[in-house]
Amino acid sequence: MSSVSTRLACKPADYKSDLKPIWCPGCGDYHVLMSFTRAFAQLGLAPEKIAVISGIGCSSRIPAYTNCYGFHGVHGRSLALAAGLKVTRPDLTVVVASGDGDGYSIGGNHFLHACRRNIDITYVVMDNRIYGMTKGQPSPTTEPEFDTALTPGGTGVAPFHPLVVALASGANFIARCFSGEPNETADVLAEAIKHPGFSFIEILSPCVTFRPDEKEWKDQVRPAPVAATNDQGKAARRLMTDDGFNLGVLYRGNRAPFQPAVVGAGDTDLSELEKDFEL
Amino acid sequence: MGASPSISIAIVGSGGAGALTTGNSLLEAASAAGWHGLFTRTLGPQIRGGEAAGLLRLAVHPVDCLPDQFDLIVGIDWLNAHRFGGEIKAGPQTLVISDPRGGEPPPMVTQSGARVVEIPIKEMAKSIKDGRPNMIALGIAGRLLGFSIEQVFVPIAKRLADKGPQAVDASRAGIKAGFDAAADIDFDAQLAPPNPSDTRRWLLSGNEATALGAIRGGVRFAAAYPITPATEILEWLSPSLAKIGGILLQAEDELAAINMVIGSSYGGTPALTATSGPGLSLMIEALGLATAAEIPVVVVDVMRGGPSTGIPTKSEQTDLNIAIYGLHGDAPHLVLAPQSVGDCLFTTQWATYLAESLQAPAIVLSDQFMGQSRAAIKGPADVAFIGARTVATNIAATYKRYALASNGVSPMAIPGAPGGQYTADGLTHSETGTPTSGATDHLAQLDKRRDKLDRFNFGDHWASIEGTGDLALITWGSLTGAAREAAGRAAADGFDVRVIAPRLLAPVQPERLAAALEGVKRILVVEQTHSRQFHRYLRAHYDLPAPVRVFNRPGPLPITAGEIHHAITDWR
Repeated sequence: MSSVSTRLACKPADYKSDLKPIWCPGCGDYHVLMSFTRAFAQLGLAPEKIAVISGIGCSSRIPAYTNCYGFHGVHGRSLALAAGLKVTRPDLTVVVASGDGDGYSIGGNHFLHACRRNIDITYVVMDNRIYGMTKGQPSPTTEPEFDTALTPGGTGVAPFHPLVVALASGANFIARCFSGEPNETADVLAEAIKHPGFSFIEILSPCVTFRPDEKEWKDQVRPAPVAATNDQGKAARRLMTDDGFNLGVLYRGNRAPFQPAVVGAGDTDLSELEKDFEL
Repeated sequence: MGASPSISIAIVGSGGAGALTTGNSLLEAASAAGWHGLFTRTLGPQIRGGEAAGLLRLAVHPVDCLPDQFDLIVGIDWLNAHRFGGEIKAGPQTLVISDPRGGEPPPMVTQSGARVVEIPIKEMAKSIKDGRPNMIALGIAGRLLGFSIEQVFVPIAKRLADKGPQAVDASRAGIKAGFDAAADIDFDAQLAPPNPSDTRRWLLSGNEATALGAIRGGVRFAAAYPITPATEILEWLSPSLAKIGGILLQAEDELAAINMVIGSSYGGTPALTATSGPGLSLMIEALGLATAAEIPVVVVDVMRGGPSTGIPTKSEQTDLNIAIYGLHGDAPHLVLAPQSVGDCLFTTQWATYLAESLQAPAIVLSDQFMGQSRAAIKGPADVAFIGARTVATNIAATYKRYALASNGVSPMAIPGAPGGQYTADGLTHSETGTPTSGATDHLAQLDKRRDKLDRFNFGDHWASIEGTGDLALITWGSLTGAAREAAGRAAADGFDVRVIAPRLLAPVQPERLAAALEGVKRILVVEQTHSRQFHRYLRAHYDLPAPVRVFNRPGPLPITAGEIHHAITDWR
């Protein structure tokens, strides 16, 4: 955890801003916010040394609800923005927050390359299998038969399997959490932040407004029956065959994170570079 | 003819024949001796097997454009030369060296009245162990231009240093054979000697100059997605940034590249990306974010023929509209355009300085012509424009990231600074950065972002203005060189022309242009577009107080000084 700086005696409340979240009552994202602040407190991070980066969607509103530095950018590009920030500021703890539409659909390509690049950032996707902010359109993780105004009778298209994609693309830490278990989620998030390289956490976070059926998730989730593996082959078989409700850390890799040499100070002698051109 | 202030040479061959090496070596030989020069390669999109020509102009004065026609054309072969169409013009004064076994010279040569001298270039190369036709061509051209064997051999020896003594010897033998073959050819267009008090040269492309300008301006992070004709900027930056503790990150696409530079800059590290029209199109949404969140970034667009994939290897000025108007919403930002290879350095450095000072994105509109031309120029002065971002320090509890300030620029908290925590946002926000949809905050922040650009004093660099005539020639970008040369010819006829070329395209400077147009009776707008984008831009933002004519043409053929001169004399 080279990038984690500590401050003593932090409480979760130290990481909350004064803003009242604009989420529907009962939204899973409230608990995710709680997990964020608990994890930061657990690690004793200085709030000003954390950057929470997001795109667009209900989940992406989270940066402003923390007392950290935040960036609420354009739809789907949070991982790219975070990459530019982290490589130039490796001293910061960079956490990226996204949703299933923002992260897997419009931002899908960046997801692949962030896993592959393995920069030391933590990527949290709050998956509710629906576009909530635009009022209920199917996302890449929506079940094929789920009926919406945009896709009457369902999409007829099989959902995407993010954890398998993450593994195949090179993510160095893969976990699944449930928003309704904020303490367990906070523990996994703290471990993900400490784990070097690109850490990916899928948080099942119900949308009570457009997916009231997801209230049943609390009865479906369970701790993963086997311990996390560092074997990609084993992890692939488990992730391919699980039903999407096994919780906990599922894969811990040991790839070295990507971090070029750190940016230098302002006054640099450029005469060496200019010799390329002088005759 | 005697000594001439400027001489131009075209080296033609099929792709892989080495015509570009010959041209580059002549440029290097000339610049080592103190001449100015400009070298442009022209080639088809394929990497090998197509057509290639090196177009070179050497002079005792700075060279910012190609000639109307060439003094010397050396055809290593003519296999695909017809594809150059009107690009390589010859005339009765032109000397053409042609290999009788290299195919028929194209009509542009045979119908020009040029004198053709045949030399069996390929056969001569074959008679030398490891001999190459382009070295024979180098010897021929070197001799005709009045260089010594040593002068043209030195650059080749440098290029071949790691290929072993055999390659060096073969090249020397080839050059010598070409030298001997050209000994009896009558060619009296000799270049006048360089000014002995000004012989120190820099040799670089516009793309390299752009990259160095960015570093001089303080850029320490670049995000890269390759695209013709901008890639060389990124390829030069990659090792160069590493040498000074900066970082280049290859992005998965242009959407990632622009967001990476926003992330870097948000973290306090000045950042740049470079692209061409298709990439700029992809970056536009995030440029709006940088405008709204007030994050300085620099995007260089090396323009090529458009729309869509267009003509990737040829120049045009057709990204003006998207650069000025492409962002949705009311999004004031900076747009600048360099005017020559050397000016790519200054303008990119200035753009970086302005972006940093004003916490706004800057688009630099370079183009394929100056980006990929290599020039021998006077070493550029080191100007004092180095990133000057107003950063929040000793941050009080009352800190507001987007506080309304009289100059519109509010101190930016950099992550890590205690007490400065805020969320940068593309949503309309209040002074603290909190999202809002209220009319008061929306208007206040729109005003703030407009005012910080409008109230800034951009000084005299906003345009280059030369001459005092009552005919004003208004142009921009790489056409400025050809326009100045046309004005020079008009002056030689006793007719003074004013050349006005804005370097700062946004924000517009109506008072400054009005002053520059004082006393003007006619205005000739010159641009390389099909739809007269620059003319429409001038009409939209400026008062043009005299009758206006427009001389415009799309790419791919460059607009020459001769054509502009003709447009001037047509209207005298």
